Amino acid sequence: MTKLAAKFQLLMSGHAEAVSKDKLWGGGMSPFSISYGKMMMWYFLVSDALTFGGLLTAYGVIRHASSEPWPVGEQVFESLPGLPGSFPLIYVALMTFILIISSVTMVLAVEAGHRMDKKGVIKWMGYTVLGGIFFLSSQAWEWSHFIHGSGGGFQISTPMSVTGQDESGASITMDLNGGSWVHMTSEVGHAYEHALEHGDHIEVKGGNLIITPAHHDAHGEDAHGAHAEHGHDAHAEAGPTSIPLEIVLNKFVLEHKDGKDYRKIKVTGAEAEKVMNAMSSHTLVFGANLKKNEYAVQQQYANFFFFITGFHGFHVMQGVVINIVIFLMALRGVFEKRGHYEMVEKVGLFWHFVDLVWVFVFTFFYLV
Amino acid sequence: MERDDLIVNDSYSINARHSEEDGKKIRKKLYFVTVLLTVITIIEIFMGVAFKRNATFTWEAIKLTFVILTLVKAAYIVLVFMHLGDERKNLKYVVLLPYALFILYLLFIALYEGLSAQTLHNMFG
Repeated sequence: MTKLAAKFQLLMSGHAEAVSKDKLWGGGMSPFSISYGKMMMWYFLVSDALTFGGLLTAYGVIRHASSEPWPVGEQVFESLPGLPGSFPLIYVALMTFILIISSVTMVLAVEAGHRMDKKGVIKWMGYTVLGGIFFLSSQAWEWSHFIHGSGGGFQISTPMSVTGQDESGASITMDLNGGSWVHMTSEVGHAYEHALEHGDHIEVKGGNLIITPAHHDAHGEDAHGAHAEHGHDAHAEAGPTSIPLEIVLNKFVLEHKDGKDYRKIKVTGAEAEKVMNAMSSHTLVFGANLKKNEYAVQQQYANFFFFITGFHGFHVMQGVVINIVIFLMALRGVFEKRGHYEMVEKVGLFWHFVDLVWVFVFTFFYLV
Repeated sequence: MERDDLIVNDSYSINARHSEEDGKKIRKKLYFVTVLLTVITIIEIFMGVAFKRNATFTWEAIKLTFVILTLVKAAYIVLVFMHLGDERKNLKYVVLLPYALFILYLLFIALYEGLSAQTLHNMFG
């Protein structure tokens, strides 16, 4: 009888269909026809999207306002772990693909939840967690690579005219301003960095970088005897090493003038020696940190890289932790008992959002 | 006027149960979107690697293509993966419209100011 009365009342109030009670708000209506929790998740995502939108817009402003050349994504990010050679953007593409696929497994978990398929939810949540961990590890490598850098950059102190070869081998002469940013190739740069760390003597002579290990200074003649006994420190006994100088102009930027491609101009021999001797030493930097970076004169580039990808990575980390919690809850049958898998859906919204942000970071940081 | 507090599409509420049939249909759509997103990403990578930034006009066109492809990807993620497309109309607009309005304004004003700062810098040093 009461059921009939309720239905009657509902008809009178203009509802064509019965609204289930759990969706009704205090006023007895449900404007969005979703639960409170899901709606609050949407509102949270809108506010978080504003944060990321603001960060990417700030990146755009600084980039537009910068009168220095801005590093180009496909030249900064062109390495794969453990492989020599140039693979522009391939690693980032892989990361993007992993995140998209983990987004798909997430939505499959949500779909399985709607069918009350406990096994399906557990399986797909498991894959999602794995994808998230894979992405985080990739990002860790990417950061490590960015921080260590490839070679080293410095500013030259005086204006000069330098002749080098472009990628096709044609000879090109460039007029560099004082303060121009140039690069050592990774072999020269790493040797230079290593020598600096060990306090070795560095000399630029005859188109070569000559590094004399500073081994006898500290120990005197004893060091020699100790070496013979223990057989270590072979490097110190090898004497001066000589590495042919190689400098790259415009390594991470693109410069086109009069239809000519002025990027990646390789300078060797006496010309490279001229550039090395013009180095203002306090500008020499290997890799990147929060104060300076080898990719560009301006620091904002590295700062935005650290902050935007870092903030996104932090979101991914949170997502992975929450996904693990939901995975364990599904495993213990909590949602089965509760009668619905809406928690999976809410967490899914967050996880898709993380993917969504990456789509934009990928475009505006790496591609454009 | 249409009442929008009526339950029009109830397929994603708490008590909605999907049958195996529904599941198959939904999964088919998801696989389609997966393939689409992957293909768009591959196209973007190809464009990023292949096209040189020499001619100003072409590069502007390529940049615009990147932005459009990104928005297509974003739309599929939001409307299908987050199934905002299957939610009620008013939830969809409450989420999308204020955001779009704010961010478009912010982008316009910020990039405009950024360019102006660069122009001034180049003019007066």
